[in-house]
Amino acid sequence: MAIASVARTEVSGDPAAAPDRPRRGRRATPYLLLLPGMAWLAIFFAVPIVTLFGTSLQTPAPSGEIGAFEQTFRFANYADAIQEYSTQLVRSFVYAGIATVLCLLIGYPLAYMIAFKAGRWRNLLLVLVVAPFFCSFILRTLAWRQILGEEGFIVRTLKELHVIPAGMALTASTTAVIAGLTYNFLPFMTLPLYASIERLDPRLLEAGADLYGNPLTVLRKVTLPLTMPGIVAGTLLTFIPAAGDYVNAALLGGIGNRMIGNVVESRFFQVVDYPTAATLSFVLMAAILVLVFLYIRRAGTEELV
Amino acid sequence: MSRWTRVRRWLGRNALRIYGVIAFAYIFTPIAYIAVYSFNSGGKDNLTWRGFTTANWTNPCGAPDVCNALGNSLKIGIMATVVATILGTMIAFALARHRFRGRTPTNLLIFLPMATPEVVLAASLLTLFLNLGVNLGFVTIIIAHVMFCISFVVVAVKARVASLDPRLEQAAMDLYADEVETFRRVTLPLVAPGIAGAALLAFSLSFDDYIITNFTSGAVNTFPKFVYTSAQRGIPAQAYVIGTFMFLLAFVIVVGTELARSRRARLRT
Repeated sequence: MAIASVARTEVSGDPAAAPDRPRRGRRATPYLLLLPGMAWLAIFFAVPIVTLFGTSLQTPAPSGEIGAFEQTFRFANYADAIQEYSTQLVRSFVYAGIATVLCLLIGYPLAYMIAFKAGRWRNLLLVLVVAPFFCSFILRTLAWRQILGEEGFIVRTLKELHVIPAGMALTASTTAVIAGLTYNFLPFMTLPLYASIERLDPRLLEAGADLYGNPLTVLRKVTLPLTMPGIVAGTLLTFIPAAGDYVNAALLGGIGNRMIGNVVESRFFQVVDYPTAATLSFVLMAAILVLVFLYIRRAGTEELV
Repeated sequence: MSRWTRVRRWLGRNALRIYGVIAFAYIFTPIAYIAVYSFNSGGKDNLTWRGFTTANWTNPCGAPDVCNALGNSLKIGIMATVVATILGTMIAFALARHRFRGRTPTNLLIFLPMATPEVVLAASLLTLFLNLGVNLGFVTIIIAHVMFCISFVVVAVKARVASLDPRLEQAAMDLYADEVETFRRVTLPLVAPGIAGAALLAFSLSFDDYIITNFTSGAVNTFPKFVYTSAQRGIPAQAYVIGTFMFLLAFVIVVGTELARSRRARLRT
């Protein structure tokens, strides 16, 4: 199960670092193996990031032609863009943060259940966690829109039971966007959590139970600290894509729920304002990288790769 | 013991299992909805239930552009998967089997694409293509998909290579096999399930990608793009049929291999 093994290695150390492994082949072999793939990543990941930075420092060409820009190294683009779109920037991080916490709250007990209570069904249940990936994520997001929509069965029932007022809508709202993000990124949280919970030694939990007596204390003092690598990996894998996502906000939210991804998309395709789009992308990436590196200082790079 | 205490005990013992059932119900709700509405009859928008029909399933290409978009997605998915799997597997072998200088930058360049939001990858590739004056289309989509799939392939295959017992290969070498022979007859068959899993992962990432595809595709339509654009005017039921079918297909493949694997494991013990 590839996705499971992805999750598993996210939290495991690098076995190649073991010193006793014999060196095989000639000195050039590793470089020949690395060359094509790393060249691909260098040309189509690293170079574009540099051109993105270049584009972020451009200004409209004096000719006034749409889509024509000059490389003027105007660093004030950053101040302008951050000022103009601070609401959407903050909103992206708040939505992604709430969705990440919700994913952790939903995913942790689920991963724990699969690791300790599923018995021989363990691998099958793990497959079920990632099964939604096999169905188009845009279709699933739209399905939620219709399930929670005005004509949907849930809203009608809730309204008839007077749980929610007649005028209230569940779609085109903050709740809907966060719920969509939570649903879509739940597997990214659950898999690394599982990988790290699975490796817990049950004897440690028993010892904890003998020592503290209280299940909550055992959770706080034994289970959570030991599964911290899984929590860190899951949080990153959920938060990063969620902060940059714009599909959920576009399909489940209203005008007041636009995230930074929506702004980047519309700057590119509707307004043809490449510098602002590039600036905002760069700000988003920089903000996320700062968060990631703060995390990595606790976990170590190799452990996250 | 009163009945109520017994119920409470049972609930306490099975709380996690009950929770699991609820969580899986939540995970599968939209998929069930999609499957049910793939049998909805009439109308263009498929928003309300109009009665049961199998017409969508017998004629999945009935709605305009659906099968064209699906065909493009399959083509792109297969091409991107083949290239990313080969390149990623090579990197995985280098990382798991060799010691070399420049390990840290290599790891960083593999890790960063996974830690960068899709919209940033998409925007940066688009600015590169715009600066170079490249025409957007099939080639640019495949370039982008290979780029974001490589890292995931590396991680998945590396785990498998690292878990191999090196004594198996040493034994093959002792039995007069040369390096090429050992790789072909011993190493590759043992790593193959990991490579297959990585390929499946790469295909599903490529097939389902919307954000990066939207930025790099130009006029080429893909299945996710088709669904997204038709969301405004209503998605034809045929898209639900394709979504359900792809889900079932992948599900049968994955669950089938999983069951076969666990049966083999049980026979061995």
